[in-house]
Amino acid sequence: MGDYRIIGRKQTKVDGLAKSLGATKYADDLFLPRMLHVKLLRADVAHARVVSIDVSAAAAMPGVHATLVGSELPEKFGILPVSQDEHTLCPDTVRFVGDPVAAVAAVDEDTAFEAIQAIRVEYEPLPAVFDPAVAMRNDVPALHDYGDDGNVHKRVSMEFGDVDGALAGADLVLDDTVFFQGNTHLAMEQHATLANPEPDGRLTVWSSTQTPHYLHKAMSKVLGLKPARIRIIACPNGGGFGGKSDPFNHELAVAALALKTGRPCKICLTREEVFYCHRGRHPVLMNSRMGLNKDGSITGLHFQSLLDGGAYGSYGVASTYYTGALQTVTYRVPVYRFDGVRTFTNKPPCGPKRGHGTVQPRFALEIQMDKAAHALGLDPAAFRLANLQPPDSVTANWLKIRTMGLRKCTEKVIEASGWNDRYGKLPRGHGLGLACSSYITGAGLPIYWNRMPHSGVQLKLDRGGGVTAFCGATDIGQGSDTVLAACVAEILGIELLDVHVCVSDTTLTPVDLGSYSSRVTLMMGNAAIQAAERARDLLADAAAEKLEVPKGRLVFADNTVLDSEDPERSMSFQQAIVFAEAKFGTIGTVGSYTPPKTPGRYRGAGVGPTPTYSYSACVVELHADEDTGRVDVDRIWIAHDIGQAINHYLAIGQVEGGVYMGLGEALMEEMAYRPRRAGVHKIPSMLEYKSPTTMEMPPVETFLIEDPDPEGPFGAKEAGQGPLLPVMPAVANAVFDALGVRVDQCPITPELIVQAMENPDKRSGPKSYPDLRIEKPVRVKTAEEGGDGYEVDQVRKKKQLARERRTDEQKTTQ
Amino acid sequence: MTLRRIAKRLLVNGEEHEVSFLPHRTLLEVLREDMALTGTKHGCELGECGTCTVLLDGEPVLSCLVLARECEGREIETVEGLAGASGPHPLQHRFAELNAAQCGYCTPGMLMTAMSVLRKTPAPDRETLRRELAGNLCRCTGYLKIYEAIEMAAEDLQDG
Amino acid sequence: MMRLPTFAYNAPADAAEITRILHEEGPAAQVVAGGTDLFPNMKRRQVEPETVVSLYRATALRGIEWDTDGSLRIGPTETLRALERDARLKEDFPALHAAIVSISTPLLRSTGTLGGNLCLDTRCQYLNQNYEWRRAINHCLKCTGDTCWTAPGGTKCWAVNSSDSVPVMIAMGAKLVLQSTEGEREVDAEDFYDIEDGRDWLKKRPDELLTGIRIPKQNGSRSTYMKLRRRDAFDFPVLGVAATLETDGDVITEAKIVLNSVGPAPVRCTEAEQSLIGKKLTDEAIEEAKDLSRKGAKPLDNTDYLPNYRKKMVPVFVKRALLSLR
Repeated sequence: MGDYRIIGRKQTKVDGLAKSLGATKYADDLFLPRMLHVKLLRADVAHARVVSIDVSAAAAMPGVHATLVGSELPEKFGILPVSQDEHTLCPDTVRFVGDPVAAVAAVDEDTAFEAIQAIRVEYEPLPAVFDPAVAMRNDVPALHDYGDDGNVHKRVSMEFGDVDGALAGADLVLDDTVFFQGNTHLAMEQHATLANPEPDGRLTVWSSTQTPHYLHKAMSKVLGLKPARIRIIACPNGGGFGGKSDPFNHELAVAALALKTGRPCKICLTREEVFYCHRGRHPVLMNSRMGLNKDGSITGLHFQSLLDGGAYGSYGVASTYYTGALQTVTYRVPVYRFDGVRTFTNKPPCGPKRGHGTVQPRFALEIQMDKAAHALGLDPAAFRLANLQPPDSVTANWLKIRTMGLRKCTEKVIEASGWNDRYGKLPRGHGLGLACSSYITGAGLPIYWNRMPHSGVQLKLDRGGGVTAFCGATDIGQGSDTVLAACVAEILGIELLDVHVCVSDTTLTPVDLGSYSSRVTLMMGNAAIQAAERARDLLADAAAEKLEVPKGRLVFADNTVLDSEDPERSMSFQQAIVFAEAKFGTIGTVGSYTPPKTPGRYRGAGVGPTPTYSYSACVVELHADEDTGRVDVDRIWIAHDIGQAINHYLAIGQVEGGVYMGLGEALMEEMAYRPRRAGVHKIPSMLEYKSPTTMEMPPVETFLIEDPDPEGPFGAKEAGQGPLLPVMPAVANAVFDALGVRVDQCPITPELIVQAMENPDKRSGPKSYPDLRIEKPVRVKTAEEGGDGYEVDQVRKKKQLARERRTDEQKTTQ
Repeated sequence: MTLRRIAKRLLVNGEEHEVSFLPHRTLLEVLREDMALTGTKHGCELGECGTCTVLLDGEPVLSCLVLARECEGREIETVEGLAGASGPHPLQHRFAELNAAQCGYCTPGMLMTAMSVLRKTPAPDRETLRRELAGNLCRCTGYLKIYEAIEMAAEDLQDG
Repeated sequence: MMRLPTFAYNAPADAAEITRILHEEGPAAQVVAGGTDLFPNMKRRQVEPETVVSLYRATALRGIEWDTDGSLRIGPTETLRALERDARLKEDFPALHAAIVSISTPLLRSTGTLGGNLCLDTRCQYLNQNYEWRRAINHCLKCTGDTCWTAPGGTKCWAVNSSDSVPVMIAMGAKLVLQSTEGEREVDAEDFYDIEDGRDWLKKRPDELLTGIRIPKQNGSRSTYMKLRRRDAFDFPVLGVAATLETDGDVITEAKIVLNSVGPAPVRCTEAEQSLIGKKLTDEAIEEAKDLSRKGAKPLDNTDYLPNYRKKMVPVFVKRALLSLR
């Protein structure tokens, strides 16, 4: 661990006081003179052709300034270039209850509410489909005119080595079917957007978005305005968790209405509308077949997933790949096959939620690992430790592993929880469960194919001694503003508060792709270090000349530049800026970051690579009531391989927050619909969508495992998403330890536990798996088999293939 | 329908304000929209999340479910009133320091409930905090750093 | 933001004036005390009263008063929070105290009142939704529609009585005082809720005002309240069990077991109660009562948890309630 003054320390985050004083301005806290209020009319049918929309009564109401319908904005948008399937307002087809069809701008929200009720929409109903297994059939009318076939949005299959052979030769094959129900982010802040038409024809938009850069692109496309005329400012998000990382209908509608009326327009969604925006966890039905030898080694794995995508593409193509990508990065899986299908259904669209696409398969895999240990008569912890994927290795599916702290993580929680003395030995009704996991530290590839950096930082040095750091990254509560300030302050030897952060403004700041895929600390951090080192270099040149000291001997610390061999020879940081500015002119530097190349060259290799993986291990202790099925979690131990914490409190906060959110998913959170009632969301409220309160949250003991990774800024890896992953399977495994029943489904509800207690096989969960109709997998030899990362059986030249693969995959990657 | 605004004298954070607002407005709406006190947030407006908590005569209440017109003559406290002449309240310092305010959106409500707890119970134990904060949902922190921040602020206050 | 619809507003200081307005306006007027039930329902446009009659100035409707015989009179606008802090109430009426502290959250209890909880509108997942949501299901029987989506074949509304205090009041033999321009009447809590339809869940005329709650001294009886729900805060009961037992020595002389939140009205488990009379509270007696308690509960798919699970939990909770009274 480095000897840092700021990095890794307990520093108050830069926006902490503003937040606790109530001074932070979120999007709905902004008010402009003459501002109009916007409401959207949303479809009240699941699937229908829009025959006509009559807005005349609404338009005639006093106080209504403008209406907007879909035909006015025919251009489609979507987060992925391959899934441009959304309209600002549906011009011809609505695809779920909640799909917006019209909008109104009025003097106040009350009037806008009355006005949208006066809009008449005539629908011609179309058959609706709510079940992905049904949606896969070719006799069901398709929601969209694109995708792999019918309502199959994406079908993928890839095989790395001879999996059938490995399973056939195994001493034991486990075959498990597991279901993970969908759930949503439920950020406390409801999405809000304010758009202001500038006098010169330009447009400024403030929004609660995690991805201002992608909103900028979508808005330019839909409104037909040059990007140079649009300024997107992402306000601090009142929670994101992935739920504010798509461009949304309301953002575009408000902007269009602002241009139409010439007045500022604002919308703040109701909680119910936030449920419709969704983009949360996909429901995934999974089948996992794992081959094992008696000695406890894994011979091979065949994993299948069926994703219920909802009505639109969103990040879904990436989500589909992610359900198959990371199975290989925790335990050594010598040969691996993955088949995945994502279907369209007439429900709110699913997308990325904390742990994007990797959470569901991790749940299935960690339950299966537990079952495997028991089947082999091994301790689940020892079994896992014996199968760890080694550091500095390449997995069967060509993912590059660098530092790998899972052994330390596992040993830590085993020790802290007293696992070896207590597992399997607690009184009936009490149990311990272990699970491990891994996550990416930023996606290796951008969402749209380009060769530009993923993150950029500009520094402006002020002759008063201050440093302003400009970056497109958005603080969604994870603390990215503080990470930015910390990286700059550490390099320049100044204090956190001497760095002004200016972020997430497409006019003022260089692009950072957004607060998703746990990429910000690593990518923005590396860019910030580069910019700060360049600034330090300029200052050192000037200071060395003035102090008559060789440049290499200069140290930047405590707001001072000094000679390391003669500390008396020094000047203040501010003086150094003054000399540098006199010598070079205005001081500004830039830094940028692009992730390293990945060894995988096959079609589909774009999802899964990352500069480096984080690892987590978790032990849950709980007691479960065998009559009521109620589960009370008593305590959680979690260890997270973070490489190097940039800020101790931020890191702990991310881990504890991830555990909290994981616990909600494990026990109670569920997106439920009523298929027989137009597919309405069953419980679109804070009351009925169950988010754990203080009463459900147990004590958590957190261990940060710090082993700096060469790829990370100061060695840092991610912490925002990974620690969520092991919680759900650890709860499932603890329920088994407590009651001897297996719940192969998430959330692990009292109903399912009671059902498992009653079932003769002491299990509850899905019973069968549909045929995914995979024709032929993409076949890739593993490195051990002498492969080169390319697909086998290639007719075309590999270089040409690689080029095509890139254009296709990088478009679809998160 | 044109509604006439009503004028009321509201005592907010120790200052009396003459405020005019529509008669069916809740305290939440009047604070944010008629008085520009946007420190008080909202997450559902139905009493299901606790985000809009303010103190009314010292008791934490859901400002989304209180009619503003019924608050005349009562003492209203919002997050903007917590800091004093000597700077932020210890609760605010500790929330900032411990990262108990992550996204910060539940924070004002959480602080107001915490304030009411500390006035009644200067040294609350964990179980008291758990029960008293049960109506304030947070999606970021898992509540743990919030407990610690309140406990440390309680010590700060007792140390004077 | 969810906002209230417009309404005319009245806040008289005395009950006579309130009942006069209620008499004149009839069902177009709604009484509000804490607002924690009515205002969300209004924001969702489930109810849009022309006039809201607020009780916040009617100070005479507050208060906790102990009679010399140990019985208790509670003003209906007393807040749940104040009652929860009353040490004697906790000591003498532990089941009522348990029910009160289990209601929603401390924040809601600060303004929510006992009278409000006793008059709590029935709840249903097809009802307690935004206006736009209800339009997608073509509205429901309780609110401008013509079908109860919980049981579409029938003619009645299955919205659920979701009050925690109601079953306890029935088990304790509480009486409710209702005032109108015609005078005052007192009804047994049990009779007050004896309506099997979620549209019309109280035996109270629109012009009547709940002005008092009287709870008799519990003569040597023990009482308890147990509640099934997903989270230990916020959530309404999806099964509530109140039980009181009076004993002479070890022998049970009177028993009341009341279920709530498994249908539009609370349910007395009369057969289970009868089975206990004259017996000691042995394991066998509890098992028998538990088995007999299954009958009245008719949970349907309109609350949290699956209905068959809630049905299964009835005997489990009855057994636990009785065990806790040993």
